[in-house]
Amino acid sequence: MSEGTPAVIEIEVNNRKIEARKGEMLLGALRRNGIHVPTLCHMENLFPTGACRLCVVEVNGQRNLVPSCAFPVYEGMTVQTHSPRVVRARKTIIELLLADHPDDCLYCVRNGNCELQKLAEQLGVRERRYTGAKSAYKLDISSPSITRDPAKCILCGRCVRVCEEVQTVSAIDFIGRGSKATVSTAFEEGLNVSSCVNCGQCVMVCPTGALREQSHVKEVLGVLNDPNKFVVVQHAPSISVSLAEEFGLKAGTDVVGKMTAALRRLGFQRVFDTSFSADLTILEEGSELVQRLTTGGKLPMLTSCSPGWIKFVETFYPDLVENLSTCKSPQQMMGAIIKSYYAQRQGIDPKSIYSVSIMPCTAKKFEAQRPEMGSDGMPDIDAVLTTRELARIIRMRGLDLAALEPQGPDTPFGERSTAGKLFGATGGVLEAAIRTAHWLVTGSEMENLKVQAVRGLEGRKEARVKIGELELGVAAVNGLGNARKLLDELRAGRSDLHFIEVMTCPGGCIAGGGQPFIGDAEAVRARMQALYKIDRDEEQRVSHRNESVQRLYKEFLGKPLGEKSHHLLHTHYAPREVVM
Amino acid sequence: MVTAEKDIEEILGKYPNASRDALIPVLQAVQEARGFLSREAVLRIGRHLKLPASKIYGVATFYNQFRFQAPGRNHVQVCRGTACHVKGSAAVLESVKRVLKVNPGETTKDGEFSLEVVACIGACGLAPVICVNGEFHASVTPQKIQDILDSYRGKAR
Repeated sequence: MSEGTPAVIEIEVNNRKIEARKGEMLLGALRRNGIHVPTLCHMENLFPTGACRLCVVEVNGQRNLVPSCAFPVYEGMTVQTHSPRVVRARKTIIELLLADHPDDCLYCVRNGNCELQKLAEQLGVRERRYTGAKSAYKLDISSPSITRDPAKCILCGRCVRVCEEVQTVSAIDFIGRGSKATVSTAFEEGLNVSSCVNCGQCVMVCPTGALREQSHVKEVLGVLNDPNKFVVVQHAPSISVSLAEEFGLKAGTDVVGKMTAALRRLGFQRVFDTSFSADLTILEEGSELVQRLTTGGKLPMLTSCSPGWIKFVETFYPDLVENLSTCKSPQQMMGAIIKSYYAQRQGIDPKSIYSVSIMPCTAKKFEAQRPEMGSDGMPDIDAVLTTRELARIIRMRGLDLAALEPQGPDTPFGERSTAGKLFGATGGVLEAAIRTAHWLVTGSEMENLKVQAVRGLEGRKEARVKIGELELGVAAVNGLGNARKLLDELRAGRSDLHFIEVMTCPGGCIAGGGQPFIGDAEAVRARMQALYKIDRDEEQRVSHRNESVQRLYKEFLGKPLGEKSHHLLHTHYAPREVVM
Repeated sequence: MVTAEKDIEEILGKYPNASRDALIPVLQAVQEARGFLSREAVLRIGRHLKLPASKIYGVATFYNQFRFQAPGRNHVQVCRGTACHVKGSAAVLESVKRVLKVNPGETTKDGEFSLEVVACIGACGLAPVICVNGEFHASVTPQKIQDILDSYRGKAR
């Protein structure tokens, strides 16, 4: 152990001695020692609120049960975590929560992975002991990304906290008091007119079905059975390293081939890889950066791949909108070239193409329906499925992912570099951009392509990068709370940075709001390592060497930032008036 | 007429560099001046105190004293204190809600009446009691509500 390790003390739990760290809360010590105490409101790394009371335990000398999440350990304490009194209290809490909860588990999107359902089962709730009037609530389906069903809300407050404390968006809060309390927006309006950026981190922490993605499953199943539609799918870089967990495989398993096979079995006529358009993004964005650097454009340039982040800037930092890259995100670039270049090349009427994307993200659903994300009245992307929704469809069709024979993607948008694949984790866009910017500026490749300084899960990573004569200040930030701090530094006059990558979700897309619920911090780390492994093991590691991208420029686009690119691959963002 | 914004600015001016601990006094002052907390007022207060609108709305809805609709020309208070409750104020409140077609905290569409539920107005001897524009009506019954309220229609406060 390194220095600074807190002193270890001994406490007695369930008549057994365990070690605890001086000053920590009891719950942490219990969990580390494999003693499972249930919680509904607890969030790792955030201050305890002690709201749900499920983690109560008996401590000697305490008259009442105490919440272990908010009770510091002390030398010589003795604890009972599963005494009859404790278990009865926990069961009563669950029964009371169920008293005003809809009895529609069978129809609920969280059926099978609901924390409330699991606890009711674990605690042996078998009858309705408390009955009473059920509160009437309005379903909020106003958001293109997230559906809010207050009837299923148990007021644990995790969504409120992640929105306020992690993302610093504060679109929702506790409204009202007592039995009338709900989690809602300001003035109890729709999420669509609130400051919500659609990141879906609230969905990730919701223990029940109160918050869920706006599902596109039905639409997609519909067109898959429509003979008049040419259904094309793309999958984001992080999907192939996350999907495995939905099927009981080890976190960090790359199932790209099996997933491709599954998508074909589902009826998608072409399977493309968003990492291809990530490569394309790098050429456009890298060129834009070089242009801004050489022509005195607005700096630092901020990346524009993460739609939650875009809305965050439009809403909270309208003065920095011009710093955003004008590049569309890889999802939208892919959508745009499928309905233009690809349709032309294949002789397909773009109107008959139905373009689906599999994303680790709920904000991508919002992005896809932004009016600026299309051309000639046609949206670039028709439907967005999250990783979870894809898993749902695969299960629905009875496909055994593990048993499928891996298949390769379709040409030409299946080819990718590992740089494009790195887009799935925080720092990855930056790393890919540095590789190509080096080539754009100096005409040669970097000696060592790996940029260690921008790797890893820290909230902010900064580096100084030498590209030929230039020395660039770069930063990669994940989580909007971390982004806010950096933007405030920019507003205060900080000027040593040239290029900043921001991903909305803490950790990047690998921990996006559309990812499997089962993943914990370890799983996220494994997904990241899987992406790094791909980058380590493959030959094709820079976006500008992607031959299909080169051909796309030669046959169709011309050059990066050219007229066609401008029309299809770039857009503009504008300040946004929302309730905040 | 003094513009709405001006009185809010005046109030906020008394709280320079204030933060979240000034929220409730500011809300009270604005409600005192305007009779209610408008959407614009909430947003303006939020910008001043650097608090999100959801937070302010959350705090304001926690307390009974804040309302979000302009008061009507006639303000109806229905007492739901203990004595009035024992004497049947629940049915009285239902009757008022039915006649006015509004819930507590709301104002009728024509701006004629606003409804407020209060815990006790210190007239327990007259229970159940309602109070319209400060005038007390003693020993009311659900049947009497229509007539009482009708007698205020068209009258300015």
